[in-house]
This record gives sequence, C-alpha cells and structure tokens, in this order.
Amino acid sequence: MSRQALMRLAHFSLAVLLVAFGFAASATEIPLSERKSGYEFMGPQSRAMQDDDTANPGMLSVFDGEALWNAKTGATNQSCAGCHGDATQSMKGAAARYPAFNASRGRPLDLEGQINLCRADRQQASPFAYESRELLALTAYVARQSRGMPIEPTIDARTQPFLDAGRAIFDLRQGQLNLSCAQCHDDQWGQRLAGTVIPQGHPTGYPQYRLEWQSLGSLQRRLRNCLVGMRAEPYAVGAPEYVDLTLFLMWRARGMKFEAPAVRP
Amino acid sequence: MRPIFIAFVLGSVFTAPALAQETRPEIVGDAIPQPLVAIRGDPVRGRAIVVDRQVGLCLLCHSGPFPEQRLQGTLAPELAGAGRRWSEGQLRLRIVDAAKANPATIMPPYYRTDGLVRVASAYRGKTLLTAQQIEDVVAFLMTLRD
Ligand code: HEC
Ligand code: HEC
Ligand code: HEC
Repeated sequence: MSRQALMRLAHFSLAVLLVAFGFAASATEIPLSERKSGYEFMGPQSRAMQDDDTANPGMLSVFDGEALWNAKTGATNQSCAGCHGDATQSMKGAAARYPAFNASRGRPLDLEGQINLCRADRQQASPFAYESRELLALTAYVARQSRGMPIEPTIDARTQPFLDAGRAIFDLRQGQLNLSCAQCHDDQWGQRLAGTVIPQGHPTGYPQYRLEWQSLGSLQRRLRNCLVGMRAEPYAVGAPEYVDLTLFLMWRARGMKFEAPAVRP
Repeated sequence: MRPIFIAFVLGSVFTAPALAQETRPEIVGDAIPQPLVAIRGDPVRGRAIVVDRQVGLCLLCHSGPFPEQRLQGTLAPELAGAGRRWSEGQLRLRIVDAAKANPATIMPPYYRTDGLVRVASAYRGKTLLTAQQIEDVVAFLMTLRD
C-alpha cells in the first residue's frame, strides 16, 4: 500500500472512531429539514380542532386575554393597550422571538416573565401567578399574534450562555429513570412510549390546549410533566432553568412556524 | 470509558431500604449469577410487575406476549424469547443495571441509586424495584422461552 493510501486509511479510521464516540456520548441532533411540529404527529380530528378558531378551545383564553389587554389596572391605571396600542400590530411576531434578553434583569425572560414585568413595573400591579387564568390568557392573546410566523429567538453574546445552559439540561440524564430529554426527543421520536408517539418536543404552540389537561397550559407545565415522567425533581415554578430550557427549545425549533394556541392530545 | 465487563461489587445500591437477607450482587462476566434474595422469584408476581405501568414500567419501552395489554412500547426489543436468549444471571444483570452491559443504554437501572442526579424527592435513595421484585421479574423472564 502506498504511503498516501495508508495516511488516508489512518484519517478515515480516526474519523470513524470520532463519529462512533460522538454518537455514544450524546444524542444526535435532528437535521433542520427533518423537524416536525407535534401537530404533524396528530390525527386529522385534533388538527382540524387546532386550525378552526371556532373549534379551538384555546381561543376562549385568547378572547379572555384580549379583554385583559384593554383593561386599566394597577396604581398607574394603565392598560396594556394604553402603551402598546393594537396588539394585532404591536405584538405581531413578539412571541416568536421569546425568550428575549432583558437588560434590567440581566438574563432572558420568557413571554410570561415579560408580561409580568410590564404588569409589575409599568402598571404597578401585582404580578400574576404562573399558570393562573389571567397570565395564560394574556400570554395566549400575545402569542396568537405570532401565529404562522417563523420562530426566531435572538442568539448573541448575551443570550448564548443561557442557550448553552438550556442545552445542558436537555442533554442531562436525570431522575430515577436516568433519561435525558434528548434521548427521547432527538433519538426516539416517532417511537411509541407505551401507547404514545414521542414527538420531537418543539415548543411551537404554547400556551396550548391539551385534551388530557382539559385546559390551556404553559410550556413550563409541559416541561414539568416530562420531568415528573422521568422521576426527576421538577424545577420550582417560575425557575430560571425553565427559561434557559425554553430558549434552547426555541432555538432548536428556529424557522419553524409558531402555532399558538395549539391543540394536543 | 467505563469498565464494562469487569467484575466488581455494586456498593451503594444498598442505600435502598435493604432487606436483611439480601446478598451483594456480584458481577461475573456479563451476569449476576447469584439471586439477590434467598426467597425464590415468583413468575406470577414477576409478570404483574412487568405489565404494571407504575411499577415495572417495562412496557413503556418494550413489547411482549401480553395480549391483554393494549399499550406497549417500541423503544426496545420484544421481551418474547428473553428466557431463551439469556441466562438467568445475564437477565439479572440487565435488570439490576443494564448500563453494565451497554453503557449507552436507555434502560433504567432498576437496582442502583448511585450516579443518578436530580431524582425526585419521593424516589431519592430508593431503587426502582426491590431485590425481591427483581427476582420475581427474572423468574418471569425465564419463562419467556419462545
Ligand atoms: C407604561 C407602559 C406599558 C404598559 C402599561 C405595558 N407595557 Fe409592555 N412594554 C412596555 C415597554 C416600554 C416595553 C419594552 C421592553 C421593556 O423595557 O420592558 C414593553 C415590552 C413588552 C413586551 C415585549 C414586546 C417585544 O416585542 O419584545 C410584551 C410582550 C409586553 N410588553 C406586554 C405587555 C402586556 C401584556 C401588558 C399589560 C399586562 C403591558 N405590556 C403593559 C411598556 C408597557
Ligand atoms: C421517556 C421519554 C421522554 C423524555 C425523557 C422527555 N419527554 Fe418530552 N415528551 C414525551 C412524550 C411521549 C410527549 C408527548 C406527550 C403526550 O402527547 O402525552 C412529550 C412532549 C413534550 C413536549 C411537547 C411537544 C408539543 O408538541 O407540544 C415538549 C416541549 C417536551 N416533551 C420537552 C421535553 C423536555 C425539555 C424534556 C427533558 C426535561 C423531555 N421532554 C423529556 C416523552 C419524553
Ligand atoms: C426506558 C426504556 C426501557 C425500560 C423502561 C425498560 N427497558 Fe429493557 N431494554 C431497553 C433497551 C433499549 C434494551 C436494548 C438493549 C440496550 O440498549 O441496552 C433493553 C433490553 C432489555 C432486555 C434484553 C433484551 C433482549 O432480549 O435482547 C431485557 C430482558 C429487558 N430489557 C427487560 C426489561 C424489563 C423486565 C423491564 C422492566 C422491569 C425493562 N426492560 C424496562 C429499554 C428499556
């Protein structure tokens, strides 16, 4: 064998080794072109329910949120509309960019966090509890204004560390079952976990109406469900880890269509 | 890389509520030849553990000869024939800690508490199954000959 051929062989073996180890150590990311929203894993009935505003149960919260948007409240007696005007214009695309960096907090906030910040600082009213009817409704109303738009959180020097922290959580084997998010959502999507098809885990439609919940719920609630299933300790309600994880998930879903309020089984 | 088939003794598994008559699971090759408890495994109880979605959790990932169970998983091999493919000791090792046979496995360790992180408080320091339950499951798997 020529010297050159030997070198080529050596390089090739090294590459094979690296690939083999890379795959053993961590899950494989889904190629961008193969990503699928949870919508695509649903049957025609659930899809039709999501697509038709008169059938989508999440729309009730959106209307609820519209009323809250226009209601004056807090020490300033200001409404959201008082500052932001017509949400169908001012909030177009906003939800698809969240979590976004907030300079005063020195970290990214998710949409719920930003809404509560406006409520506390701008309206001088007490922030809404996570998962409360009001916070879900306002979030759903703002999120609705991004329907059909591409997801595009801003990743720059300020948000990169939080994206990395979110990715680390996604890749961490945790809980009594010793599983990572990636092992299910990157490696095993499309397979059945008992009867349930494992989706890719894209946060395209939150807040979303789950038939199992019989209510609208936030992405945090969904993430808690998966953590509980892994028998891992859920992060505290409103914990920054959820925001980091959300930032990672939104980046992972970059370019996909935002579809809140989605419907899921 | 972690040592795979090196025989050694699982230490901290005994942080689980330990039964007095348990023996330490000693790995020989890719098997744990000795039962974890003196009382023989009961295949009838073992079957009930395997199909229970809260206890064994096996059917989250596996399927098997359980016609009454509508919802079975597709993440792992069929359990049918497990008792023909593997010896009792090999099956015991795979239930106790499948990572000893395959470090990259997604199969949870059923009799290990060390090396796990962020375990929910209700389960912290507890193994997924007790030693007796593992013997029951192994006894059941040994009946799956075809
Ligand atoms: C007193 C004026 C004021 C009021 C009232 C107010 N906001 Fe804001 N809001 C702002 C300002 C200013 C910003 C720019 C970001 C910042 O500094 O927080 C903002 C930013 C936002 C954003 C982020 C938009 C984007 O494109 O990134 C959302 C969403 C939002 N507000 C929602 C609300 C909601 C919902 C309410 C009512 C509960 C509300 N705001 C009430 C002033 C206000
Ligand atoms: C054992 C496999 C498994 C693990 C581990 C897991 N999930 Fe899930 N996840 C699921 C299944 C199954 C569903 C669909 C649930 C359903 O329809 O009932 C789901 C749903 C989701 C969804 C909703 C997708 C949609 O279309 O709305 C997100 C987001 C998600 N998971 C994120 C995560 C994150 C983040 C983690 C880690 C903290 C995680 N999952 C861990 C199995 C898993
Ligand atoms: C989270 C998924 C998961 C769960 C839960 C699980 N397993 Fe497994 N199991 C696997 C995978 C994947 C394999 C394939 C080998 C490997 O990857 O280590 C496997 C392999 C096995 C094997 C060897 C299969 C063969 O014949 O080649 C047996 C036996 C087995 N499991 C039994 C069980 C039993 C019994 C339970 C419940 C007590 C269980 N498993 C729970 C994922 C799982």
